[in-house]
Amino acid sequence: MSTPETSLTRQFEFYGESIPGLEPGDLTGWLIVIEGTDGVGRTTHVDHLRSVLEREGYAVAETGLTRSDLAAEGIRRAKEGNTLGSNAYNLFYATDFADRLERQILPALRAGFVMLTDRYIYSLLARAIVRGADADWIKSVYSFALRPDAVYYLRIEVPDLVPRVIMNGGFDYWESGMDLPMGADIYDSFVNYQARVIEELDELSREYGFETLDATRPVEETAHDLAERVLGLLRSKPHKDEDAMATGG
Amino acid sequence: MTAPTHTYGANRPDWPGRLFIVEGIDGSGKSTQLTLLSQWLQSEGYPVVFSEWNSSSIVRATTRRGKKRRILTPLTFSLLHATDFHDRVEREIVPFLKAGAIVLADRYVYTAFARDVARGVSSRWVRSLYRFAVVPTMAFYFRTPLEVALKRILSGRPKLKHYEAGMDLELHPDVQQSYRLFQARILEEYERIVPEYDLTVMNATRAIETQQRALRKAIKPHLAGLRRVEEVS
Repeated sequence: MSTPETSLTRQFEFYGESIPGLEPGDLTGWLIVIEGTDGVGRTTHVDHLRSVLEREGYAVAETGLTRSDLAAEGIRRAKEGNTLGSNAYNLFYATDFADRLERQILPALRAGFVMLTDRYIYSLLARAIVRGADADWIKSVYSFALRPDAVYYLRIEVPDLVPRVIMNGGFDYWESGMDLPMGADIYDSFVNYQARVIEELDELSREYGFETLDATRPVEETAHDLAERVLGLLRSKPHKDEDAMATGG
Repeated sequence: MTAPTHTYGANRPDWPGRLFIVEGIDGSGKSTQLTLLSQWLQSEGYPVVFSEWNSSSIVRATTRRGKKRRILTPLTFSLLHATDFHDRVEREIVPFLKAGAIVLADRYVYTAFARDVARGVSSRWVRSLYRFAVVPTMAFYFRTPLEVALKRILSGRPKLKHYEAGMDLELHPDVQQSYRLFQARILEEYERIVPEYDLTVMNATRAIETQQRALRKAIKPHLAGLRRVEEVS
């Protein structure tokens, strides 16, 4: 029964619970996730990747943390005052993610786009776990997430991260875990907090099967490596388009 | 060792306060009963704190935005209410339970279990969202026949809101009809929840003062040992 055409019919699946009213069968695009800790250079890589893919003729859409129509403004204001408790924060971020999943990611996948996602549930899980959330609980909260086609993990360690962060404007309050805090001053807290976040991302990498890229290399080298991998993936898992359906049927 | 019957029951810290909550569909009279209870407890000298569903100030603007623009889905509706709830628990409920107060909550996690599942959200998932909610000292369910509750609501307040009426589910194009169908679904969920969480059922068709007497009698044994302010006039 196995024919080459059957591989063309990719099927998205959820990690756990399904979204009410959603049939993942009509999703034809690709969900590509770029993960990595704060300051590793994800934005640069997403921008570069987007231009490479568009040059190759792929339609590209983008999303990232706290870019939802629903909750972005609320989260920004809550952070200004640092007024929410940690579980409320975790669930506010989950609300933001759910709104983007339903109203940005799914429509793009339905329309056959390559959806580039600057961080997905994994950074949210790592941040929550580092802040003391029960790991099983926060994973079950995010169990409505779609399993992406691939997760590219830009991996770095704290000593290589520090000079990049300083060059890009210094240590951010939240990216240094100062809400906890984890050290006597912002530098100490940054080092300890980021070490914990990276440790959690490494753990999640094993659990969810990320593709790890060494992000300590020169930017162009990492960007080239990433683009090659993504193009390879798109070619090996083509569109479920009408031609494929016709020959496959 | 007995295994907990549900994950929600896992968390019962040894705080000196008491948490009493009321549940029921709209028009069950639960808020009236809770207000009367609060007045009585205060007159008896107990420190009382009120916590209402959907009242976290930081989340409110987002909820309003979602409702006004009608961009909430069953999933985001559920998560946003869970955010609101956790904010209230962390700021309004837990500190006062630690302080030895009586916290009275008008609606609790069971409202989410009933409404969100009525909207098609997985019942297991929504229960897991609230896994760390504090188990109440006593939870009262004001059981009301659907028609009685509908009559109380629809006779006095004709302007039903979009989500309140469950219009997002497209059960019926008419707002009142949609509200009826949605409330019926919620009622059905509540009836599942009552035995699952062992809620104390109150007959909400009886006279208000009869219900209040029963409510006071039920909570009285749980007040022993609470600190009171004696010099209340």
